[in-house]
Amino acid sequence: MKYVDSTQVQKKMGSRLLANNLAKGLFLLATLFGLIVLVVLIYRVLKDGLPWINMDFLMNRLSTDPERAGIWGAITGTLWLMVVVAPVTMLLGIGTAIYLEEYATKGRISSFIKTNISNLAGVPSVVFGILGLTVFARALDLGSVVLAGGLTMALLVLPVVVVASQEAIRAVPQFLREASYGMGATKWQTIKNVVLPAALPGILTGVILALSRAIGETAPLVVIGIPALLIPIPDGIFDKFTILPVQIYYWTIDSALVAEYANLAAATIVILLLVLFVMNSIAILIRNKFQKRY
Amino acid sequence: MKGVIRVAKSVVRDHGQKLNVRELIQEKKRTKSITNTTEKLIPKILFGIAAISVFTTIGIVLTLLTETIAFFKDVPFIDFFTGTKLRPLGENAVFGVLPLLTGTLISTVIAMLVAIPVGLMTAIFLSEYASEKTRRFLKPILEILAGIPTIVYGFFAFTFVTPLLRSFIPGLEPTNILSPGIVMGIMIIPMVASLSEDAMSSVPNAMREGALALGATKLEVTWKVVIPAAISGIIASFVLGISRAIGETMIVAIASGSSKNFTFDVTQSMQTMTAYIVEVTGGEAAAGTTLYYSLYAVAMTLFVFTLIMNLVAQYISRKFREEY
Repeated sequence: MKYVDSTQVQKKMGSRLLANNLAKGLFLLATLFGLIVLVVLIYRVLKDGLPWINMDFLMNRLSTDPERAGIWGAITGTLWLMVVVAPVTMLLGIGTAIYLEEYATKGRISSFIKTNISNLAGVPSVVFGILGLTVFARALDLGSVVLAGGLTMALLVLPVVVVASQEAIRAVPQFLREASYGMGATKWQTIKNVVLPAALPGILTGVILALSRAIGETAPLVVIGIPALLIPIPDGIFDKFTILPVQIYYWTIDSALVAEYANLAAATIVILLLVLFVMNSIAILIRNKFQKRY
Repeated sequence: MKGVIRVAKSVVRDHGQKLNVRELIQEKKRTKSITNTTEKLIPKILFGIAAISVFTTIGIVLTLLTETIAFFKDVPFIDFFTGTKLRPLGENAVFGVLPLLTGTLISTVIAMLVAIPVGLMTAIFLSEYASEKTRRFLKPILEILAGIPTIVYGFFAFTFVTPLLRSFIPGLEPTNILSPGIVMGIMIIPMVASLSEDAMSSVPNAMREGALALGATKLEVTWKVVIPAAISGIIASFVLGISRAIGETMIVAIASGSSKNFTFDVTQSMQTMTAYIVEVTGGEAAAGTTLYYSLYAVAMTLFVFTLIMNLVAQYISRKFREEY
């Protein structure tokens, strides 16, 4: 008795293998699509922007005259923003992660907080802008200053730090904790002296990724109301400010009026991408170099 | 007895001189009570910090809710959700949200028409066909694509994709919904690809090998074994992609213009909910006006949409997760 008709199989095999190879080609093409877009995007930005980048462009203030306009204000604004975002998001993010991983009992409250954080990660950034505008800029009467923008941004990138820190803390093996308890250390002493140092590379990676997200995010700050006008260079967290992405935004929409603004936007994008590239490289470096495997 | 000896030794070591036992006990009590209070205090502080994320959500909901209620005192609920005209400025302002909803819907559909097929095929290639070496080369590129700020995609849509499309489609307006839709799709590809790939990679090899042993080709294995097994994760990635497209702001704010048309013609300028928020806050919406409140009503609509999408995605991936 024959279960398989081998001639039948032979006859169909050719078309089935052909279909497989065609599909493979199609899948490869789809994968390369992303690569092609990336290359085109970077080529365009470099072609439009690179000739405009020089020391004057970096060090000049904003100007309506494209020949004299620079991004020094946006650079200092971005730095000041980091001065607020970094400590706030680290404190909140790492604190939340420690609580969830080390203290919270598996119950309704901790699972509620976890669900809440993953939902927060899905809230559109423009809605965070509305929150910042209402609570920080208007209700607390800060205005559209660095502090208001920074607090908004810190809440926006909080989930990134929480999730990364949670993973890092969870990866610290239990025997390290037990050894610490065995030496007579208390719970907090164990966390402070054993768990956190061991989890530090993972946490730092998360923090850097969160900061680079904050640097690239535009919508919340536009909503909070960063002025498109020429503002003085910010000196502290209570000053009005602008950041690189917002600068790109205004130059892009105004490029319909003054064609050179598109070049300025492209040049600013080159700087922004460079900053992000450096930050992400550092994050990857830390992850590869210091993450110990137990 | 042992304890005393230990304490006595440590005293000798620490102070170099003998102390009275009573003093020792006092000192021990003092340091212990400090450690005890820290031990009790720290969890409470950390809980407070963890609660801030919850307060953030509550804060978002409360601010949106109160101002939205104020808005619906000025504009009837029915008029807002069935109105096809949106003219927020000037005399006799009209607030119908439908133009924004169609704008959001159309840009999302275009984005997903790009992101779902390309993302899924990328995921299939990476998970089923690519060698380890190719994967190690291609995955970081996807990560770079995912890490590019949306403002850069907006610039790309406005200065490159729109002019490119205009050379094919003569009637295309300088600002239109087609170009930002496509670019938004490109932006979402990495997300769909990496989440779907995770789902497909977690399908155990034994299942593939079983099918391969029966003489199936790789395509048949992928189509009839791997994808059905990973379908919950794949669909969850689509839903998250849709949510991302609904909430995306800068690409549409730059490239789709600000015409509040109620139309389905993709060559025209349309406004999405997010772009409306950016436009209204960018202008001077004085607090207390209907225009100002409309901002919150639109933001609330947007928030509810994305929240539902995110909950659905979580539900799908949790409920239908197959355990092998």
